[in-house]
Amino acid sequence: MKEIRLKPKAIPGIGMEAENISPDMFAEKSLKEIRALDVFVGNKKKKLGEYFTVGGEASEKPEDLRIVIRGDASKVKRIGERMSAGEVIIEGDAGMHLGSRMSGGEIRVSGSVGSWAGMEMSGGRITIEGDAGNFFGAAYRGRGCGMTEGEIEIKGNAGHNLGGNMGAGRITVGGDSGEFAGVGMKGGVLIISGNAGLRVGAGMIDGIIIVEGGIKEMLPSFKERGRVDGVKGLSGAFIGYEGDLAECGRGRLYVRD
Amino acid sequence: MQYIMMKNVVLRNGIVYDPLNNVNGERKDLFIHEGRLVEKMDERKAKVIDLKGKVVMPSGVDIHSHFAGGKVNMGRLLRPEDSMGHEVSKTGLLRSGSGFSLPTTHLTGYLYARMGYTLANEPAVPPMKSRHTHEEFNETPMLDKSGLLLLGNNHQVIEYVAEEDQESLNSWISYMLNATKTYGVKAVNPGGVFAWGWNKYINSLDDEVPCYNVTPKEIISGLIQGCATLRLPHPLHIHLNNLGNPGNYETTLESMRMGPMHITHAQFSSYGGDSWKDFCSEAEKVAKEVNRRAEITVDMGQVVFGETTTITADAPFEYHLSQLTGMKWSNADVENESGGGVTPYTYRKSSGVNAVQWAIGLELALHVKDPWRVYLTTDHPNAAPFIYYPRIIAWLMDKRYRDKVLGECHRWALERTTLPSLDRELSLEEIVVMTRAGPAKRLDLRASLSIGDEANLAVYDISPEETEGEKIEEAFSSAAYTIKNGDIVVKDGRVVREINGRTFWVKTRTEKDIKEDILERFRYYTIEPENYIVESAYIRNGVELDTK
Repeated sequence: MKEIRLKPKAIPGIGMEAENISPDMFAEKSLKEIRALDVFVGNKKKKLGEYFTVGGEASEKPEDLRIVIRGDASKVKRIGERMSAGEVIIEGDAGMHLGSRMSGGEIRVSGSVGSWAGMEMSGGRITIEGDAGNFFGAAYRGRGCGMTEGEIEIKGNAGHNLGGNMGAGRITVGGDSGEFAGVGMKGGVLIISGNAGLRVGAGMIDGIIIVEGGIKEMLPSFKERGRVDGVKGLSGAFIGYEGDLAECGRGRLYVRD
Repeated sequence: MQYIMMKNVVLRNGIVYDPLNNVNGERKDLFIHEGRLVEKMDERKAKVIDLKGKVVMPSGVDIHSHFAGGKVNMGRLLRPEDSMGHEVSKTGLLRSGSGFSLPTTHLTGYLYARMGYTLANEPAVPPMKSRHTHEEFNETPMLDKSGLLLLGNNHQVIEYVAEEDQESLNSWISYMLNATKTYGVKAVNPGGVFAWGWNKYINSLDDEVPCYNVTPKEIISGLIQGCATLRLPHPLHIHLNNLGNPGNYETTLESMRMGPMHITHAQFSSYGGDSWKDFCSEAEKVAKEVNRRAEITVDMGQVVFGETTTITADAPFEYHLSQLTGMKWSNADVENESGGGVTPYTYRKSSGVNAVQWAIGLELALHVKDPWRVYLTTDHPNAAPFIYYPRIIAWLMDKRYRDKVLGECHRWALERTTLPSLDRELSLEEIVVMTRAGPAKRLDLRASLSIGDEANLAVYDISPEETEGEKIEEAFSSAAYTIKNGDIVVKDGRVVREINGRTFWVKTRTEKDIKEDILERFRYYTIEPENYIVESAYIRNGVELDTK
């Protein structure tokens, strides 16, 4: 596997949109060509090389390429957007829209990540060692379906609207989640190891939400379905609920007994 | 000086189509002097363009397109996802924009101009929202614009109809048109939207409208009479009752007998059967009735498969559609006047109903014998966004091209419509009538290349003998030139100059003074009559047409 190393220089405070930072775009390109790729800073089109030092060597195919970003990329948006293969490793924080609409490959972030990561992703894997912003794996505003395949692992806490409208796939959160986790869920599995915020599972139609910690308040439109032992490979006792009945949903919500 | 130069153009060797002057594919030179067509001019003071092998025709006229105003904006708000993936960056010349079925105002102008269109008629302006509509007109470049005023569910209209006071009704229509600076009268499900506010449904022309004890039939004939008395340039523009329901063709046939009118998006009103299970096309019967009645015109409302947004003043229709699809829905009640609704919809080839709907639009265009009385529209964006006009032109001109889609459709399109048996292929001349000369004539505006006319024309890189659908679609998608008032605004499918079009409205006069009634009516408005009127100074490049 070949590697391209990026190091942020001075990233402007308003942030930049850099959907070109992805194995699909870097493959087959020389370092010079990579430096010449476009990024948007505000409404100005700039070159990637103006904001990053670029080293290493690109492979011919995206699946053989690893992009390593070392440093603070918290103002860099859309890294790995629409990527289909390869790896992106960020040693630091990442900005908004990380891996949104990605269909394959892997993204690992050692720090925290902004909102809209993994939006409508249809494959691949995202791992966040730190905390995540809002709308992780959710649908774009107005659209009906969030992530449809793939795996997301957040080791820290997640923000609001985690997995909103998700259709399939799996999200695990090591810490707590914000409000509206799994809102409008249509399928897939959402596991929250810590506590869930308000209105978890609101409007869900199908799928499974498991909360290992506590729930502040259960929506009245969920019906208790009794105690179960072990769910989705997690041992121990849970109380199962069905809902959201306001949407005639058949979703399952399990809370640690 | 340089600007004047730009309005002087000589178009050499083009193959000219100008149906209003019976010019049908003749090789001619056209001379444009300061924005108007002239007999001859000094070529040294003009830009000379050789159009060998290209066709020249008046620029496109869209008689029915929801491109501006309250409902369109409601759609933009309801559907942010419509913009996603359809963003257009600004350039040194043009503004940025976004949107697929509901493009932003500037983008709307650019997209129309690219196809060679320079006039669009917004057919549903709720009186209260006319100010908003004019604001969007002002920001829609490249196009001349006009708006039709929604009066079919206006409480004061219904009240006058109930009192059988036609004279006051005429004065009220006149007052409304002058106050809102609109071009004509539109009725949407007359009586039906009002009735829905009382949880009542109107399914036929003789159903009773609650509270007022009148029928849709009486409202329609009151408005038809009003349009005639006020000598409006465009007759009553009507979205029929019972629209979108199986078996509604009978309502359509009955409505046609009532007098001169333009029946819009007739596709949605040509349905047979008693339910969605035995849903079928009755386009042939509707077209036959159109052929029989010279005072009736229709536009297609052609479906193109894919995702779009439906927006209409027919609020109950939108409610039912959203119940059917389970999609998000937004509703509006415009005080004293009208309603409106928005919901997304996807037309699928695999759906029997959608396949029949797709076929009906084409059937109508092919069964109506006189192209001067059937116009090409998609009821933008209800049946499809307007950007698909070139594809519809290709379907009409090439049987093989439409049969290819027919083959991919649900079998209902084969079994329940007459489209498979229709061999007619429209000629280029007929297309020019359907997309330009015809709708302009019905709006009493001009789309011709007569000497003295404003030079609004489009040039397409296509041979007049071309029969291949793919090539026809490509040529009509990007005009070789679009010329508006002598300005070359599009070249090779790219907008090269942004200009502001005009807005047309009518000035009408009536005998009877209804001041008292107006003041009384405004007791029920949240707005004062003084603030209600859109001043002509509010409108950029306004053109008042006096009907005296």
